[in-house]
Amino acid sequence: MQKKFQIEVDCANCAAKIETAIQKIGGVASASVSFMAQKLVIDADEARFDAIMKEVVKTARKIEPDFEIEL
Amino acid sequence: MTKKQKRMLRRILLSVALLIAVVLLCSLIPMPWPLELALYLIPYLVIGHDVLRKAFLGIAHGEVFDENFLMAIATVGAVLVQEYQEAAAVMLFYQIGELFQSYAVGKSRKSISELMDIRPDYANLVAPDGSTTQVDPEQVAVGDVILVRPGEKVPLDGTVLEGTGTLNTSALTGESRPRSAAPGDEVISGCVSVDGLLKIQVSKPFAQSTVARILDLVENSSLKKAKAENFITKFARYYTPAVCIGAVALAVIPSLFTGEWLVWFQRALTFLVISCPCALVISIPLTFFGGIGGASRCGILVKGGNYLEALAETKTIVFDKTGTLTQGVFQVAHLSPAQGVSEAALLETAALAESYSNHPISKSLRQAFGQPLDAARVTEVREIPGRGVTAKVDGKAVAAGSARLMEELGISFAAEAQPGTVVYLAQEGRFLGSILISDLEKPTAKAAIQGLRRQGIRTVMLTGDSEAVARQVAQDMQIDEAHAQLLPGDKVEWVEKLLEQKPERSTLAFVGDGINDAPVLSRADIGIAMGSLGSDAAIEAADIVLMDDDPAKIPLALRIARKCRRIVYQNIIFALGVKAVCLLLGAVGIANMWWAVFADVGVMVLAVLNATRMLRVSRWRA
Repeated sequence: MQKKFQIEVDCANCAAKIETAIQKIGGVASASVSFMAQKLVIDADEARFDAIMKEVVKTARKIEPDFEIEL
Repeated sequence: MTKKQKRMLRRILLSVALLIAVVLLCSLIPMPWPLELALYLIPYLVIGHDVLRKAFLGIAHGEVFDENFLMAIATVGAVLVQEYQEAAAVMLFYQIGELFQSYAVGKSRKSISELMDIRPDYANLVAPDGSTTQVDPEQVAVGDVILVRPGEKVPLDGTVLEGTGTLNTSALTGESRPRSAAPGDEVISGCVSVDGLLKIQVSKPFAQSTVARILDLVENSSLKKAKAENFITKFARYYTPAVCIGAVALAVIPSLFTGEWLVWFQRALTFLVISCPCALVISIPLTFFGGIGGASRCGILVKGGNYLEALAETKTIVFDKTGTLTQGVFQVAHLSPAQGVSEAALLETAALAESYSNHPISKSLRQAFGQPLDAARVTEVREIPGRGVTAKVDGKAVAAGSARLMEELGISFAAEAQPGTVVYLAQEGRFLGSILISDLEKPTAKAAIQGLRRQGIRTVMLTGDSEAVARQVAQDMQIDEAHAQLLPGDKVEWVEKLLEQKPERSTLAFVGDGINDAPVLSRADIGIAMGSLGSDAAIEAADIVLMDDDPAKIPLALRIARKCRRIVYQNIIFALGVKAVCLLLGAVGIANMWWAVFADVGVMVLAVLNATRMLRVSRWRA
């Protein structure tokens, strides 16, 4: 299932790092973070989607403590 | 400015004031170092506490080597070597740079959303009793009737039920060419009604309307990253640790020989500040974002930074003919009446004979005649598939159709020499003349092709049309090559052949109207579709969509793409160049912490300013 989220990331480098880290989470088929559009598009296993999103937020906050997302 | 930015600005101003006060105080009254340190720590912590916090969290999470980490190490290091003033100043400049960057980025985001100001705020829903209410366009269902007043945006796609007027499509196409709208016409969302009061029956829900699709496309385009962007991301991943190792080496190795630990430690800190990669990491996506935004404002929708990048490398452009270079609309081009027959009589007879047919050629005859036809004058109509029509017009037997029809009827006729579709006409067995019907070239096509050839691009035309027609169009427009009588499959083969022939490291673009060309559009490096204002197939299949089907937008798109590439290269070379020089100077001790701050914040500011040049669309539109 593909879904798009509004996010808040303050630095372009963190956005790129977050993208790489999210792509490595199990169950994530693909993920793209746009710093300019402040968007996250994620394609992940539908059955575990909520759990995956929790993992996504955790991972992102590790890289950028100020990461915000509108779930 | 956002709330966050305003808060940052206040912090910056406060710490500037504090820093000045502390500097003055310390120069006036000599004091022991612990007191001096305590005083300098006040502005330092006011401005830098969040950086320190993030750096600390980063270390705790195993995420070292980001900007915060570099700044924290460099300034804490400066404190350790008792350069308190520099520690506070470096942190301050870093934060000023960050604020500037976030302001510049925010501004380009805003200007792009303003450029794409096509989202309708409301729709006037008409109730069955005739009263209207303002609702969110998303709440309008298919089949509902909406009212668009003069000056309002058409909020949803639909068909005009009542009212006539003109629509301004400039927000979608970049051209302020008005289109007329009358009952029965399809209208698309995003246009602005100039003068008419229109009642429109909605044909698509908002999520599938033209406006929503375009906005979605532009938004998603920044998710498809250009190679340059990925390069920088990868580069940063190796670069930062490499620089940190370099800094450690710089601090330790020379000191082992010279014993000047303090000097080399300071140089290593300078080295760290210089190395910060933020200028590159921010300016490149910003440039592509600006390029995509600027292009969409000109009616060129680019689906990703990668396509904009590829377009800059294009050396071969392959065109479909019908609907791309020509209008795809048949029109009467020439009348050749036989002796003793007037042009008007020829056209009238042909229009009458073909008045029952819905064939595009028949339509073009009726359109050229331009007057209402009295159907009662036409009787005994017989359509002969692939040949034409026979009928009785005003009681006389008329035949209208191809040369083959004339031959089969045994009528001698004068063959038309010019390429195109020819309708031969006979009355009571006597030849009346012929009418040449052809597809008109788009007015801007020739200039577009010539513009491309001047840029050194090989132009190729592929068409399913006859050899003669292809040759004429190619000659007229001075296209380098034309290949005719191709089926859709043949076009794919040709594109594959051309892909093999293209110069190395260049790309090939195919321009088509997107309806029959989907396989070719996807086979080419870049598929450019004539969007015909909202044709779904075209928008889906292509990488770049020309909203107004104007071939003149192709050289423009190339110019935008090249400018984008130029700015990206400028930024990469400039930023890396300045940093390399400063790193070198820092290592040998010429560049101090102040140079370092310029190499970091100054370069970033300049790179961002350079990137924002991409947003100035007005120059391209002229």
